[in-house]
Amino acid sequence: MSKNAKTVFILLVVTLLIAFVPLFALKDAQFGGSDDAGTVMVEEIHGEYEPWAAPVLEKLLGGELPGEVESMLFCVQTGIGVGVIAFVMGRFVERKKWTSGDNS
Amino acid sequence: MSKKEKSVLRAVVAFAVLFAFAPVANAMHIMEGYLPVSFCIAWGVVCLPFLAAGMISMKKKLKENQRIITLIAMSGAFVFVISSLKIPSVTGSCSHMTGTGLGAILLGPASVSVLGLIVLLFQAILLAHGGLTTLGANTFSMAVAGPFVTFGIYKLCEKCKVNKKLSVFLAACLGDLFTYCVTSLQLSLAYPSEVGGVAASAVKFLGVFAPTQLPLAVIEGILTVIIVIALETYAQPELKAVGFLKEAK
Repeated sequence: MSKNAKTVFILLVVTLLIAFVPLFALKDAQFGGSDDAGTVMVEEIHGEYEPWAAPVLEKLLGGELPGEVESMLFCVQTGIGVGVIAFVMGRFVERKKWTSGDNS
Repeated sequence: MSKKEKSVLRAVVAFAVLFAFAPVANAMHIMEGYLPVSFCIAWGVVCLPFLAAGMISMKKKLKENQRIITLIAMSGAFVFVISSLKIPSVTGSCSHMTGTGLGAILLGPASVSVLGLIVLLFQAILLAHGGLTTLGANTFSMAVAGPFVTFGIYKLCEKCKVNKKLSVFLAACLGDLFTYCVTSLQLSLAYPSEVGGVAASAVKFLGVFAPTQLPLAVIEGILTVIIVIALETYAQPELKAVGFLKEAK
């Protein structure tokens, strides 16, 4: 079991490295979205392109969603996910504890 | 169960929460209004049979064994978390992962299309990310094509008796990459280049998406493996119920 724990630990470290090294390595990069890059590419190939529909929320707001609110909504999304995962995993862990006796 | 395992679990959760604060930017998915109407409708229609099959397969599985609802919830939640994490990549732009690999491996590719659609709807309506008009195209790339590739690779690895963790990693990683290949293809079908047509255009779009996505696909593979390890440790009855673990191991 401790072998698994070790694997998980190593994998987490690798993940962190992959995720954060670019942030420090490329100091002057913008870190914009690749969607925007895609949009630029569309214009390059197609010429000037006018999107024929705007996001629902932007229509309702009559403008772009404020950055802070957007990050809040993203956190809500993450929060819902993490909440469910943590709840279910918690139940699994407890169940295993109670069904396999106290051998921890 | 050891203390170590508990702390691993805690670390995983903390890690996931930590990533929620990664720099926020627009990434992935075809943006609202960026596909011609005919394409929007066509991709939507293509998705429908998969969604129907997904609903049916999920209902059937639930009827057989009520307990796998927890695995469905886990897979859905995993997509929620993973697709909300925007991670900086080597090209200097951010992108995020799909997270559909876990569900595809555990539940089969059709069921995931339903889970993916829910996430895409959430993002399209609330986050102006992707879009309602491009929902069909995005569903096809993220919730249909990707998972099917993941599932195929996983089954292939199983046949070839590849190590389970490695095959989960490969399946999730390549499924994620394939999602972006499909996105590129969808864009290039709608915007063929003047010289070279669809193919030249596809290469251009891939050039934008692929280098950004490659490290993220690796992360997606790793995270999927971690979740699978956790589930294998604690949720054996459920995994047996969906056929992920063989009865006599």
